[in-house]
Amino acid sequence: MMTKAFRPKRLLLALLLATNTAIAAPLPDAFSDPATEARAHALQRQLRCPVCKGQSIDESGADLAADLRHLVRQQIAEGRSDDEIKAYLRARYGDFILMQPPLESATWLLWLAPFLVLAGAGGVAWGVISRAKKAQESNDSKEIADF
Amino acid sequence: MTGELGQLSLCFALALSLVMANAGILGAKDANATARRIAHGAAMGFFVFIVLAFGALVYAYLVSDFSLRIVADDSTTLQPLLYKITAVWSNHEGSMLLWMLVMAFYTAAIALAGRGGPRLTSAALGVMGLLAAAFLLFILFTSSPFLRFDPAPFEGAGLNPLLQDPGAAMHPPMLYFGYVGLSASFAYAAAALILGGGDSENWSRAARPFMLVAWMALTCGIALGSWWAYYTLGWGGYWFWDAVENASLMPWLVATALLHSALATEMRGAFRSWTLLLAILAFSMSLIGTFLVRSGVITSVHSFASDPTRGFFILVLIGLAVGGALALFAWRAPSLQGGAAFKPESRETALLINNVLLVVALTVVFAGTLYPLALDALTGQKITVGAPFFAVFFIPLFILLMLLMPFGPRLGWYSADLKATARTLAPALGAAAVAAVTALVLASPRIATGIGAIAVAGWLIGGSAIDALRRKGARAAAFAAAIAHAGLGVSLLGIASTTVWRSEALVVVGPGEKLTVGPYTLRFDGVATVDGPNYKGSRATIDLMDGDAVTAVMHPELRIYAAGGQDLSVTAIRTTGLRDLKLVLGDDRGQGRWTLSAFVSPLAPLIWLGALVMALGGALSLFGRLRARAPEPKPAPAAVLAAE
Repeated sequence: MMTKAFRPKRLLLALLLATNTAIAAPLPDAFSDPATEARAHALQRQLRCPVCKGQSIDESGADLAADLRHLVRQQIAEGRSDDEIKAYLRARYGDFILMQPPLESATWLLWLAPFLVLAGAGGVAWGVISRAKKAQESNDSKEIADF
Repeated sequence: MTGELGQLSLCFALALSLVMANAGILGAKDANATARRIAHGAAMGFFVFIVLAFGALVYAYLVSDFSLRIVADDSTTLQPLLYKITAVWSNHEGSMLLWMLVMAFYTAAIALAGRGGPRLTSAALGVMGLLAAAFLLFILFTSSPFLRFDPAPFEGAGLNPLLQDPGAAMHPPMLYFGYVGLSASFAYAAAALILGGGDSENWSRAARPFMLVAWMALTCGIALGSWWAYYTLGWGGYWFWDAVENASLMPWLVATALLHSALATEMRGAFRSWTLLLAILAFSMSLIGTFLVRSGVITSVHSFASDPTRGFFILVLIGLAVGGALALFAWRAPSLQGGAAFKPESRETALLINNVLLVVALTVVFAGTLYPLALDALTGQKITVGAPFFAVFFIPLFILLMLLMPFGPRLGWYSADLKATARTLAPALGAAAVAAVTALVLASPRIATGIGAIAVAGWLIGGSAIDALRRKGARAAAFAAAIAHAGLGVSLLGIASTTVWRSEALVVVGPGEKLTVGPYTLRFDGVATVDGPNYKGSRATIDLMDGDAVTAVMHPELRIYAAGGQDLSVTAIRTTGLRDLKLVLGDDRGQGRWTLSAFVSPLAPLIWLGALVMALGGALSLFGRLRARAPEPKPAPAAVLAAE
């Protein structure tokens, strides 16, 4: 219901007079609750912009990224959980859309590689240290014998 | 004409590099003093012809000779002088010639310095000759910068606007000094393997200045690249785990491990074969980085080459260089085994732990960068390995590394007293506590991980300060580790605070409207049109407010470049040294309203300041060492005479 006092022209005039204190508008689908807004950003950072070069939809200026941000925010507003939203997008775009690759048959080697190297390099280092220790002990005993 | 002179110079340089390769390797034998003189002469000649070729290309850009294809592609007559010059390496062909120029510098330095004696120098020149020949063949057959256009266009297409920026312009030379510097330590390592026996033992001492220069250049190059990304790109970050960034991080991680391991080899004769292997691995990572960037196998902001023949050529080059070096290693390394002796509580052990952690970090970056490419190539399945994957591994690895770091320089070689060292470092716990409390008081919200990271930085900086104090009166080089380690702590302060406490505002503003972000209040005054030398821009005026008073004015801009019609957002950054405010102008929403992003990054400048401090540590190690070496009497000629 529009009363006389709220005619558009009056509204415009009021806005013009009030420019000194006017506040910039948040983007149309920003959340007023800071925690939800932060959650949206965190989730956006975990989703890749499919047409960009390695950017997340949070960072990208591409139109598709803007559409996806809008979609994510809509689903958050509908009360879906992060995992549900990720699953929804994964079903549409594939694993490619997840910034962190899921652990599955095609990626277990990727996730395991650092641990394998840690075990291997750690094992070699352990061997070097224990050999060096033996050499050092025999050095010392030789020195004692020489003494 | 200059184009043909350049091409001819490259051909002469190729011939000389082949002479250098042959004579250099022959000169590794005791009796072949003549071969050594030839290798030396060939190295200097190679240097001169590469400088001539590079000079010819720079000249072509300066006079806007659009009959050369790459000049027409990347320059215009309107382009400012600085960007006419830096456009030389903004394309694949020119940047490969820059690579050669840097390689020529290092080759001449190896020849003139003669470190490690004439035989080691000669063999190292031989290896440099082989590498140079391979790269020159690559340039001449797949990437000649001197190809012509007929007829020549009247005007060039112009440099990519993203690259018309001092940071972007200086980034490649800096990185190449790092990448190619690792070819020098690779050459010394391979030379040591060729020589075998006693004469090879001082290779790591001979190569150390080259390792240090390479490491410093990589540190600065990576920092410069990330700073450029931070101020250029229209969002708040500075490091994206982009494949091109990773390509520079991989050699840095290995070079860091190499610097530490080489210390144990030089001082204690420990880890001989491991240090050799790291020198080979470090340059392999440079080559793989070059392959990633130059082959077009990945496409990202920084990549501008895509031609499969080039990628294939580089792969063969990697196979020959790395495979050859590894075969040499497998053949010769068993004869080098010294078998060090030290207690588990010693600096040697600390250096081993450093190496294990850095090699695991390398694996993370290597797998994260190449796995998606390999998976796509083999199965067609596309996955993304983004920042969250790297963070999962890098945060615990580097936190552990930084917790252990203050111990390293405090532990003695061979045998150390852990308890006494821990007592020495105890005050650093106080520094950690002070840092944590300061963060608790100043930061809001109080996020535990952020405060924890600040405490780790306090521990590392405090521990480094203790190390420095304990070395009072020592020569400059003794402080190198303390300075470099503290630098990493300084970077951590910046990284942790910007990650955890960055605030941002994304708004649509009209003239006169205000917005607040972090502690700042801003007023949008509108957008004006501006004309640049080779672009048209929309320039916003935004006032920084304190109550009703304007304290500063900022101008983020949106430019459209005449050549190609590419648009570019130019951010406005205002820094207090401890906090950055960055503004990015977005789209025109009509009726004077624009989208605007504002980012407040606390302690952001410390990220790059820390990297500079790290490089300063490297410089201390380098120059402290050179000066310490100068006054020594020269035992080398006598030893050489005795050997001959």
